[in-house]
Amino acid sequence: MSDGDVETNSNPLGPLITSRLVVVAGKGGVGKTTVTAVLARAAADAGRRVLVVELDGKPTLDGWLSDVEVRHISASTSLEEYLLDHGFRRIAKRLTKTGVIEVIGTAAPGIDDLVVLGKIKQLERSGEWDLIVVDGPAAGHAVTFLTTPAGLRDAVSSGPVAEQAEDVLAMLADPARCSIVLVTLPESTPVNELLETASAIRCRVGAGLGPVVVNRLDEGPEPPDPADVDFGRATVQIDDARAAAAFRRERIAVQADELARVTDEFATVIRLPWRPVADLGPTDIADLAAALETTPEAPESSSESST
Amino acid sequence: MTVLGDVVGRSSVVVCCGSGGVGKTTTAAAIGLEAARGGRRVVVVTIDPARRLADALGLRDGLSGEPQQLPVDVGDGEMWAMMLDAPAMFERVVRANAADPDQADRIVANAFYRNMATALSGTQEYMASEALYELHTDERFDLVVVDTPPSRNAIEFLEAPGVLTRFLDHKAFKLMMLPTRTGLKVFGAATQPMLRLIGKVVGSDVLGDAVAFFQTFAGMEVGFRERADAVATLLRATGTEFVLVTSPQRDALVEAAWFADQLSERGYGVATTVVNRVHPRFGDGSVADARKRADAAADSGRAELAATWANLAALREVAERERAEVEALLGHTGAPVVDVPLLPTDVHDLDSLDHLGRYLFAVG
Repeated sequence: MSDGDVETNSNPLGPLITSRLVVVAGKGGVGKTTVTAVLARAAADAGRRVLVVELDGKPTLDGWLSDVEVRHISASTSLEEYLLDHGFRRIAKRLTKTGVIEVIGTAAPGIDDLVVLGKIKQLERSGEWDLIVVDGPAAGHAVTFLTTPAGLRDAVSSGPVAEQAEDVLAMLADPARCSIVLVTLPESTPVNELLETASAIRCRVGAGLGPVVVNRLDEGPEPPDPADVDFGRATVQIDDARAAAAFRRERIAVQADELARVTDEFATVIRLPWRPVADLGPTDIADLAAALETTPEAPESSSESST
Repeated sequence: MTVLGDVVGRSSVVVCCGSGGVGKTTTAAAIGLEAARGGRRVVVVTIDPARRLADALGLRDGLSGEPQQLPVDVGDGEMWAMMLDAPAMFERVVRANAADPDQADRIVANAFYRNMATALSGTQEYMASEALYELHTDERFDLVVVDTPPSRNAIEFLEAPGVLTRFLDHKAFKLMMLPTRTGLKVFGAATQPMLRLIGKVVGSDVLGDAVAFFQTFAGMEVGFRERADAVATLLRATGTEFVLVTSPQRDALVEAAWFADQLSERGYGVATTVVNRVHPRFGDGSVADARKRADAAADSGRAELAATWANLAALREVAERERAEVEALLGHTGAPVVDVPLLPTDVHDLDSLDHLGRYLFAVG
């Protein structure tokens, strides 16, 4: 319990996350959306004003977080909004209607990513939210998405695009404003990709890395070694039970090795347990969010640096 | 002959599609390997920037943009693999269509072109379809297996061949190509202010590059359009089969179902659905039976035995829920479903690929 801790109270997720904006990223299938929901749930339960931003237009989160505001941000509406805000009010509609917007997008590739980031930056600056969680693009795309502003700043020397790029870069570079939460699974390929993505984000994006989330960790109960189990007089299905035990034990062992590779590399690692259901519901999210508080093993008063 | 074995035996192109992270790449590799063992000369194309195919094939140094024969024993067959290098492929297409080397050089040097080759949404998909076509017509190979790019929208691959030609047909493109003459007629008096406006938003240097690109490009549309049509025809040809890959996670299943519907709407059929990483069921017994045994063992104070039966019950329950989800979401597609059980370890070398192959091509 850390309710008396002033430091913890000023941050929605206590010592885990210190920035106002969190971008959740990881390769497809690792459970980015689950992690987004869990972080939002935990912060909302702590009484914070939370906003969830979805980028891909998949309304997956609506049912999970009934009391948290979820906004869908798309490139085309952001670009239109951006034009409206930048003195192109009269012409914005016609630009959209004639398809010139599409050409603008191609003339300056990445401008759609930039306007989305610009929109997020606007929300972050508004001060309306204590925590904004973005359900980010897949790992490979996340690096492209986040390096876009630097690329555009270098390509476009002046004008509103260059200004926007500068503003977004300032936000990304400030660990008090923004951090990237990478999600992985305790398996060798996802962990390899986590390490690659983390180094790309450190070197090429210049953004701060928040905690790393290891999702779907099988926390048991681990069945005993089948060789040591006395099945008594039972004869049926013994082989099935043995195979199931061996399978579970091997998976837990493999996961422990992969988890160790993650904890060796990163200071703060959040472990989310595997839930043996195919479809997570609101209750599962709430349970996972509650588990989040007890997850970090380091003492809460530690003077851990953010790398 | 098994369902997937039949697909591999009769086709000349296999397109593996599905959302990211479902094991598409390893499935493509396993299909390629099986076909090669059947005596075919196979090339597997992967696009994934994470180089997962290289991982799966145990190639530590990764794959190059040229087909590379893998040192694996496949009898009379051949197993090749290639990683798509989209910018290099784009340049090859430009050079093949240019009137002379000078036109090609000017296009390749253009900043707008360079942006488009590396960053235009759909470029990877477009180049993947180009590579597919190129390899299909390459006499060294008789089967091309494509691992489609991990798009936000998996259908992009099908639309990719037309991506540039659709763009070329765009009114705004025509306006940029001839900003002083024909464009005026198309857009009326607003043309020039419109261009100036675009310049204001994106910066005049970017606009200048774009206009220069489109003007240099003039004359090459015909070649690009013909190629796009040829690729579209190949994707619809009898020897082309779609294998839909998914995992039993709900979000992946929803996307797979959507993709199957899109395919059938467009007149393509899904030959097979592969559900990767399904929990094994461990025998024919029921969940209730295993649970009853666990309770009985617990009642008689045998904790270890109880834990063993409880584990069997728990894993069977997961497996049953997963199968129910697959049936509920994909049953309507009518495509045969091949389950690949979740392995306790990750697939990362040829031995584990063989293991995957054994399930993909299991008889019965």
